Amino acid sequence: MSELKKGSKKALEQIEQVTIRFAGDSGDGMQLTGSQFSETTAIFGNDLATLPDYPAEIRAPAGSLAGVSSFQLQFSSKDILTPGDQPDVLVAMNPAALKVHLSDLRSGGTIVVNQANFNKKNLALAGWEQNPLDDASLDDYTLISIDMTRLVENALKELNLSGKVMARSTNMFALGLLYWMYDRPLESTQQFLAAKFKKRPEIVEANLRALETGYHFGETTELLPAHYMVPKASLPPGTYRNIMGNQALALGLVTAGQKSGLRIVYAGYPITPASDILHAMSTYKNFDVLTFQAEDEIAAVTAAIGASFAGALAITGTSGPGMALKAEAIGLAITTELPLVIICVQRGGPSTGLPTKTEQADLFQVMYGRNGEAPLVVLAAASPSDCFDMAYEACRIATKFMVPVILLTDGYLGNGSEPWRLPDLDKLRPMENHFATASGDTFNSFEIEPSTLARPWAIPGTPGLEHRIGGLEKDAVTGNVNYDPINHEAMTHRRQRKVDIVAGDIAPTEVYGDETGDLLVLGWGSTYGAIRSAVDRLRAQGYAVSQMHLRHLNPFPRNLGDVLVRFPRILIPEINMGQLVRIIRAEFLVDAKGLNKVQGKPFTGHEIEQHIRQILTDKKDG
Amino acid sequence: MTTAAITPALTRKDFTSDQTVRWCPGCGDYSVLAQAQKTMPELGRKREEFVFISGIGCSSRFPYYMNTYGFHTIHGRGTTIATGVKLANPDLSVWVVTGDGDAMSIGGNHLIHLLRRNLDINIMLFNNRIYGLTKGQYSPTSEKGKITKSTPFGSVDHPFNPPAVALGAAATFIARTIDVDGKHLQDMITASYHHRGTSFLEIYQNCLIFNDGAFADVTEKATRDDQKLILEHGQPMLFGKHRQKGIHLDGHQPHVVEIGDQYAVGDILVHDKTDRMMALILSEFTYRPDLPTPLGIIYQVDLESYEQQVHAQMKQAVEKLGTGDINALLRAGHTWTVN
Repeated sequence: MSELKKGSKKALEQIEQVTIRFAGDSGDGMQLTGSQFSETTAIFGNDLATLPDYPAEIRAPAGSLAGVSSFQLQFSSKDILTPGDQPDVLVAMNPAALKVHLSDLRSGGTIVVNQANFNKKNLALAGWEQNPLDDASLDDYTLISIDMTRLVENALKELNLSGKVMARSTNMFALGLLYWMYDRPLESTQQFLAAKFKKRPEIVEANLRALETGYHFGETTELLPAHYMVPKASLPPGTYRNIMGNQALALGLVTAGQKSGLRIVYAGYPITPASDILHAMSTYKNFDVLTFQAEDEIAAVTAAIGASFAGALAITGTSGPGMALKAEAIGLAITTELPLVIICVQRGGPSTGLPTKTEQADLFQVMYGRNGEAPLVVLAAASPSDCFDMAYEACRIATKFMVPVILLTDGYLGNGSEPWRLPDLDKLRPMENHFATASGDTFNSFEIEPSTLARPWAIPGTPGLEHRIGGLEKDAVTGNVNYDPINHEAMTHRRQRKVDIVAGDIAPTEVYGDETGDLLVLGWGSTYGAIRSAVDRLRAQGYAVSQMHLRHLNPFPRNLGDVLVRFPRILIPEINMGQLVRIIRAEFLVDAKGLNKVQGKPFTGHEIEQHIRQILTDKKDG
Repeated sequence: MTTAAITPALTRKDFTSDQTVRWCPGCGDYSVLAQAQKTMPELGRKREEFVFISGIGCSSRFPYYMNTYGFHTIHGRGTTIATGVKLANPDLSVWVVTGDGDAMSIGGNHLIHLLRRNLDINIMLFNNRIYGLTKGQYSPTSEKGKITKSTPFGSVDHPFNPPAVALGAAATFIARTIDVDGKHLQDMITASYHHRGTSFLEIYQNCLIFNDGAFADVTEKATRDDQKLILEHGQPMLFGKHRQKGIHLDGHQPHVVEIGDQYAVGDILVHDKTDRMMALILSEFTYRPDLPTPLGIIYQVDLESYEQQVHAQMKQAVEKLGTGDINALLRAGHTWTVN
């Protein structure tokens, strides 16, 4: 908005990074507001990370604490990996949002509120005995209290819109104001609004006006003496886009399909927070992607197994409760040695648990939650954009080794976003498969190829390879039903070796920081960013702390044991009660300690940093 | 078939695997297997295009004995595995072999959803009204009051009526046959094959160990003529040794009447397999001692199959958007370049 800029007379100050949290009622459009700010910020060239947080109820009672939805992002001129520990700015559209989020705001931070919503009824619903805008309770902060509702109504009055439509535009006022405060251009959001409400021009107009009104208000109000500029980050050269984990994951799957030349069959049952993968896949029909919304989780995984038997790149995606239902079928995929990718976007458990909140508590389930000796390959993505790489890796391993592979992500990764440097597809590792054709000799459907331990993928329709597979134990060569005790033991070992051999095909895991030191922080999954920021800060303060982050959880990278013994202390932060830590202790007999949090929220870098400092200070004192 | 000239005709032997059949001697399953092995060569398909898929139960061992592609899966899920096979490759001829426990109990949910979707899959449901493989517990089709190992005082469960379940699930092909009638079985297998969409073929099958004589009224010489109603599309529903009995409708209520002074052949209900209301009435014969057991195609209607529609959408997407370009897809939306 060059016209807007021209008139600017206020000071533009440069800062390095900012964390903003937008919070309001479920119906206030906070997710859209936050994602628009993120998109604009990404295009502007900052590094960023986001954390959406919303209730499981689609519309909890208006104004209630339970109905508060929020979206946090950190953006910076430097490389950042987390959505920020403490917000610098809290946008609270109503008293409930202020109540829920105020304690997280850093001391001295800025609060932007829609004054109009701080009425008696909403204050009571949120449990404020007095209006915090009127007493001293917000004195530690910079309060910007604006009657957004009235300003938007004034701006829209000649459009003859209903009060409801006008009320729904106040989020754009808040967005426009924040765009001014952080010197962001409006174009991307203007284009977005025009496209999103294409069929309803009056809605486009209302939102555009509200957005611009917010922006102008920032420029003219005396409440805001200055605004801030966060310069572009110096990211590695390349083409970037902002991406959410679930989107990146879907793109990784499609890429694997394209690189392999295989048809993708993605079978799923709607479940939070994995449904977005099914939604995305269903739009890729012209990439030979077939999606199947099954009647339940079991039907989804078994349809995928059927598709795999028929020669497709078969994938199913779910969350923890769905994984529990799929367990028996996954055992079938293991014993029939069929390639299958199972995605588990973890959420808070047990049972229905916290559907919209994040957790890492399904590691044990995916490692051990099946009848019999049923090992399989387990991978975990470390960041939203890493979901692309690990989805591709899951497909690559499944087809190369003829095994089922589980990929763990979580709600925080799935819904969080960050700038993603687009990969060079020619540099991805090749997709391989074991399609068989008749040779004239007797066909043995369970005879393994020694370098991968893969059996032939003999798909129906291939002449001369007619054969039967099933869940009963099979002869190690012919694949016929076999109840012989020695054969069963051999097959049990074979299924384990099929997992173990994958370790020889993956890169050794790297140590971030020094190869030895006082403490190694070992992590997996979405704790990556928080651990990295804690380790960076500690190292800057002179602590001998290193990081190792696992993306392959079964099998482990072959160098893992060698690295572990080089550190006297190993700390494993997890969003669970300590699952990887038990596996590591059992496997390597090292005195690894856990740092655990199960609040449905990711770790902040600060929490991990504090904990490590405490451990290393205690050591010095002792 | 242009390949017929160069490909020698297949025979029953081509469909017989090298595995020893392990059903109890005298089991009705032997007959069904034999008829399937005889019928497959008649269908004009290449052997490699057949896939037999089963769940768990005595009948579910069936794929091991067919020399085709086969998958003996897990309990109740043969239908869903078959769904995945057919979706991935619609050119295959996909068959599900299941039982009353596998299809109507643990796999009940999948059965109804397969039927409503109407994938071109042929279901052969072996109904012996008992759990055989687990040694004799009552099944969802066992009659109320049945004394079994798990119901020593008699079952209090009300049984499922398979054709009525299929109709309720919007099935497009519902038929019934019986293990001992080889010719009728073959005809029904052939009709199932030629039906576009999901074929639901209920096969009355005798378990001589745990539920012997479950269908004796339809199989024993003394009673069968009066108990068996062979349905033929367009023909009056006549039965009896001399076809002297027929089904007459009084309002919605079916009755057995004798052809004679009171009723002529013209008063007898004429079977119309496309008539859903008639199918509902016929499905209600199932547990009625006063009515004969209908065998044959109870209902059939031609609707586009699920996989045809799924693949048509995929084809349309290519026509509209072009074959997907993965590099363009990755760059969709807002991108920016850092130099």
